[in-house]
Amino acid sequence: MNGPQDVGGRHGFGPVAPEPDEPLFHADWEARALALTVAAGAAGHWSIDESRFARENRSPAEYYRLSYYQIWIAGLTRLLLDKGLVTGEELASGQAGDRATVPPNRRLGAEEVAAVLSRGAPASRDPQGRRPAFAVGNRVRTRNLQPAGHTRLPSYARGKTGRIASVHGFHVFADASARGDHAAAEWLYAVVFDARELWGGDAATGDEVVIDAWEPYLEPC
Amino acid sequence: MPHDHDHGSDLDEMSARVMALEKLLTDKGLVEPAALDRIIDSYETRIGPRNGAHVVALAWSDPEFRDRLERDATEAIHSLGYTGRQGEHVTAVFNTPERHNMVVCTLCSCYPWSLLGLPPVWYKSMPYRSRAVREPRAVLKEFGVTLPGETAIRVWDSTAEMRYLVIPMRPGGSDGMSVEELAGLVTRDSMIGTAILPDLAGKEEART
Repeated sequence: MNGPQDVGGRHGFGPVAPEPDEPLFHADWEARALALTVAAGAAGHWSIDESRFARENRSPAEYYRLSYYQIWIAGLTRLLLDKGLVTGEELASGQAGDRATVPPNRRLGAEEVAAVLSRGAPASRDPQGRRPAFAVGNRVRTRNLQPAGHTRLPSYARGKTGRIASVHGFHVFADASARGDHAAAEWLYAVVFDARELWGGDAATGDEVVIDAWEPYLEPC
Repeated sequence: MPHDHDHGSDLDEMSARVMALEKLLTDKGLVEPAALDRIIDSYETRIGPRNGAHVVALAWSDPEFRDRLERDATEAIHSLGYTGRQGEHVTAVFNTPERHNMVVCTLCSCYPWSLLGLPPVWYKSMPYRSRAVREPRAVLKEFGVTLPGETAIRVWDSTAEMRYLVIPMRPGGSDGMSVEELAGLVTRDSMIGTAILPDLAGKEEART
């Protein structure tokens, strides 16, 4: 989506401000928000791409007003409602209703945490004979895609010419996964652009920007 | 455990909201509070930049490991036991005098958790996300880094599930150091690409 999350190259956000002490969390609720999101996600009711879309798909005013973990809680709440795991009444009252909405066998137990965290969730899939359309060194142009749904093609890199820097593998296709189609996968590439192709004459000669792009984002050129 | 708040909450809004959500999800059978404690503990104590520093130190001291890292970083890094969430697929990018690498996620906050832990606030902030791709030299200056004009910058925007680890250049004067000692020289920011590592000898002279 052409939403508030797509900030690459935007002006006006001011200087980068590292904190001197850099606490991991700035309040206990931030730690609980992280853990709730990870634990609820581990139950498998949604993909990481659905959760990214649930976070970004809101008005710019709201997105920029909320802090990082506030966005996570807003996204988690939306997913829980959308998937029917909690009701609006339950959220408002804080009281669990009678209706059982959660399959009981899909709760992350404390004893499983270490294994689940260290296993992760690889995005690579079996290409089942599909061959990559591009090879390292090929020149490609990114398509001018403007979907209302989730995409990982940043607006600054649409309709731009670059070359394939590496073929990462055959990976879950985020755009489809965010729509609930978790089986769709595509060849994934690192595509390198001359910074001047993206930013014009302001960029330094020789500087480059690399994005990871799935095959449907690319056309030969 | 905090005391009950039947008399009306003196918690701030977010604390109250997240606490209520945790209780609801616990009552619904979706999450287990003890599991949440373990998740937090993992990122507070076990998963952090020491993992990445170990990878860098090995890359500096073991040419065979460096080759593996260059060929297939995922395999090389997983063989050390650094597996897991937000580190399932890894590419190592090597700084040289000709090229400096820097990592960002303009669309959200993708970051190699298994190697560097949770990202710092600045990495997730709009200023870094918006500017790293467009004016990396200005951003580096805010981190106190000025690169020689002949060093080109390659910025990696982590737009998929591939995570990037920058292998900084080995500091001069570190010859003969053990892997452990070398790992102690590696800063988190140098593995994101927002810092370079100073030489150990001649720092005073270089400053003049």
